[in-house]
Amino acid sequence: MRNRWRTFMSHVVVVLSAMAVLFALVPLALILFYVVKQGVSSLNWAFFTRMPVPVGESGGGMANAIFGSLMVTGLGALFAIPVGVLAGVYASEYRGTRIASAVRFAADTLNGVPSIVIGVFAYGVAVRPFHHFSAYAGAFALGVMMLPLVMRTTEELLLLVPHTLREGALALGATRARAVFSVVLPAALPGIMTGILLALARVAGETAPLLFTALNNSYFTTDPRQPTSTLTVQVFTYAISPYPDWHRQAWAGALVLVALVLTCSLLARVATARMERMQRGA
Amino acid sequence: MPVKSRIRPDEILFRVGTGLFGVILIAIVAAIGWILYTNSADSIWKFGWRFWRTDIWDPVAGEFGAHPFIWGTLYSSVLALLISGPIALGIAIFTSELCPDWLRRPLVFLTELLAAIPSIVYGLWGIFVLVPFVRQLEIATPAWMKSIPLFSGPPLGLGMLAAALLLSIMIIPFSSSVAREVLRAVPQAQREGAYALGATRWEAIRMALFYARTGIVGAIMLGFGRALGETMAVTMVIGNTPQASPSLFAPQYTMAAVIANEFAEASDTLHVHALVEIGLVLFIITLVVNVLSRAFIWSLGRQNAPKRARRQTAAAPEAA
Repeated sequence: MRNRWRTFMSHVVVVLSAMAVLFALVPLALILFYVVKQGVSSLNWAFFTRMPVPVGESGGGMANAIFGSLMVTGLGALFAIPVGVLAGVYASEYRGTRIASAVRFAADTLNGVPSIVIGVFAYGVAVRPFHHFSAYAGAFALGVMMLPLVMRTTEELLLLVPHTLREGALALGATRARAVFSVVLPAALPGIMTGILLALARVAGETAPLLFTALNNSYFTTDPRQPTSTLTVQVFTYAISPYPDWHRQAWAGALVLVALVLTCSLLARVATARMERMQRGA
Repeated sequence: MPVKSRIRPDEILFRVGTGLFGVILIAIVAAIGWILYTNSADSIWKFGWRFWRTDIWDPVAGEFGAHPFIWGTLYSSVLALLISGPIALGIAIFTSELCPDWLRRPLVFLTELLAAIPSIVYGLWGIFVLVPFVRQLEIATPAWMKSIPLFSGPPLGLGMLAAALLLSIMIIPFSSSVAREVLRAVPQAQREGAYALGATRWEAIRMALFYARTGIVGAIMLGFGRALGETMAVTMVIGNTPQASPSLFAPQYTMAAVIANEFAEASDTLHVHALVEIGLVLFIITLVVNVLSRAFIWSLGRQNAPKRARRQTAAAPEAA
């Protein structure tokens, strides 16, 4: 009797945990389903090439917001990638040191800071002193969000590079800097690029840090000193508006964002799988 | 014994050069605290602790009390935790202990996809799919239940319940992926020992769960930290009404949401400072939660591998 109860309990737990997986996968499927369903019917070529139109007129697109997103994310990456990679090099090269642990701790802390708080910080650093919203301020906020991601990926991937490579370089008389930049870093580069790609996809979908840094703009601008419209903020504005035309635009924007994230995640997964195969083969 | 070599100038240059970039990260964290403090000083000195106890938020009259926001943030995050905690734990158990090998990778990939979907997309889906669904649920609530404060209020759809449900979906992947790592780090011998003593599958898993308990608490807390700071999705479905209500059906407000909604339009200095003070406290709370959760996860790692840890410290500088 007791044993039968124990086996029964065991089965119950197996079923419950399988159900937990379903509880996560069903919302995922529902979200993807609605985004694709609503997005596909609203997405067209004009979405990428035309400017937004006033309420009441149908059609139009988000050309300015798409360009703005690219510009803000790109400028952010320009700041975050060099700083993050070099900080990662330091943390992996001088692993045992106290500063390296402090850098690692700072990165993990920064990674947990809510994006809205990063936005307030960027406002205090890059908007308030200049009395002006700008794409630069938005890029700074996104760069700060990317930094810890880039730094941790670089550090972890550098540690995976076989020791023999570095020793070979050092044995040939290379300095430490030379060994790192010419041998170790290039060996880890594919993995680091994958990590950077994922970080880019993640911050490109951020809205909160841009609300009061890059702000918004109804016009097309290529000047990073100006307030700039971005895809995510535009989707937000449209989503909370009462107009069905704008809702359709919002779904189309959401589809573009999800497609971007999905593509990057899949690419990253393929790249990681290939690297693992190579390591096993070697 | 390591051979002591002469320190070369290019080595110093490399170390200082890359080190400076590392220090930038430390400087940014410190600067966040500093900037938030200097930009909220007016509000901190004017209102003091009263700021967190008063309910009145009236930018026009210059009266600022953040009690409804801190209530909304804590209430929504705790609710989200109650829903997502068991689910995340179940996913971790299934993907680390139960599921066949060929299924593991796809499942892990899919659950982690939940973390990759932008917050704004959750919000959009929340407004147009989840909120109408919650409204139906609220309309269908029988009258006797409505007399309980937990379910009181008109069926708006927008409100605490929608926010908590949306948040719980969003934080599942953060808890489940760490909980899975923690479970996988439990030595196989623990399970084999349990099976050898005649344990059923659940009893063996229970052993592993007990062994990894601090790490699992850490994993759940990590999700809690995410829920506290989540902005866009919550802003779009919680109804943005500053009232501290126990009702799940009532529209409420959170700390992150009020900053998102009012910051760009706040022109009055005191208003800005009050909003930044909310940001400062949000920063401090999430910092504490994250540090605690990582401490829990680390403490488990140390308990697992005491020998390895000691060896690493002995060989410190060249271990990499």
